[in-house]
Amino acid sequence: MKFPEIKRHLSQFIVGIAGAGGLGSNCAIALARTGIGSLVLCDYDVVDMSNLNRQYYFTGQVGMAKTEALRNNIAQVNPEVIVVTYNIILDRSNIPEIFSGCDVIVEAFDNKEMKEMLVETIQEKLQGIPLVVGSGLAGWGRSEAMRYRKIDETLYLCGDETTEVSDELPPLAPRVAMVAAMQANTVVEILMNRIP
Amino acid sequence: MKILLNNREEYLKGESVSVMEMLDMKKFTFRMRIIKINGVLIPKAMYDSAVIHEGDDVQMLYLMSGG
Repeated sequence: MKFPEIKRHLSQFIVGIAGAGGLGSNCAIALARTGIGSLVLCDYDVVDMSNLNRQYYFTGQVGMAKTEALRNNIAQVNPEVIVVTYNIILDRSNIPEIFSGCDVIVEAFDNKEMKEMLVETIQEKLQGIPLVVGSGLAGWGRSEAMRYRKIDETLYLCGDETTEVSDELPPLAPRVAMVAAMQANTVVEILMNRIP
Repeated sequence: MKILLNNREEYLKGESVSVMEMLDMKKFTFRMRIIKINGVLIPKAMYDSAVIHEGDDVQMLYLMSGG
């Protein structure tokens, strides 16, 4: 299939992204470039200088809400993407409403307790919507440990499932971007197999 | 009994075990995880009451901080 056809097909879908940090910002940009029709972005945080080692933001955006900064960056790479933003903290009560119209949801949180909350909420309240989880991306090297796993039709996992971020094993641009790209690739795979 | 754990055959003592018992038997207790039995997600609050039976398809994935 040629790129214009791929883009036309993908333009019919809505993808939700929970978190606009290292995973969410890089995944959103890859999906925007590929031609996803609409992106629903959620994050409560503002861009900090310390985020620029791995997140898709620029020095001039420090202090800006991540959702707004990401909306601007998406517009710079593909202005055709419809971007909906929620500058809020996601929880069990607001997740079902925010993501109910999405065709696929990307889990892009930092903290594992939040990841667990999102997976439990979506699998229970939004049954049938595929969720692509990112887990295990700390440090550097070990590219061979990165993997993709399809648990079932509604749950996919990208990452090494082993490394956890810490002071001695920080999240760095290469491995964070690898997992974000694997998540975006999974979204594209799911949607290319779907008839709208 | 025989179950499928992440697509591999595993043998557990007894005819049925709770999710918590399975985690103890396999010494899988320290990391944060998501567990599905036959495609149904088991919330962590249900690990004591949810039961695994012979032939069940158990899927487990690990959640690590970082993003």
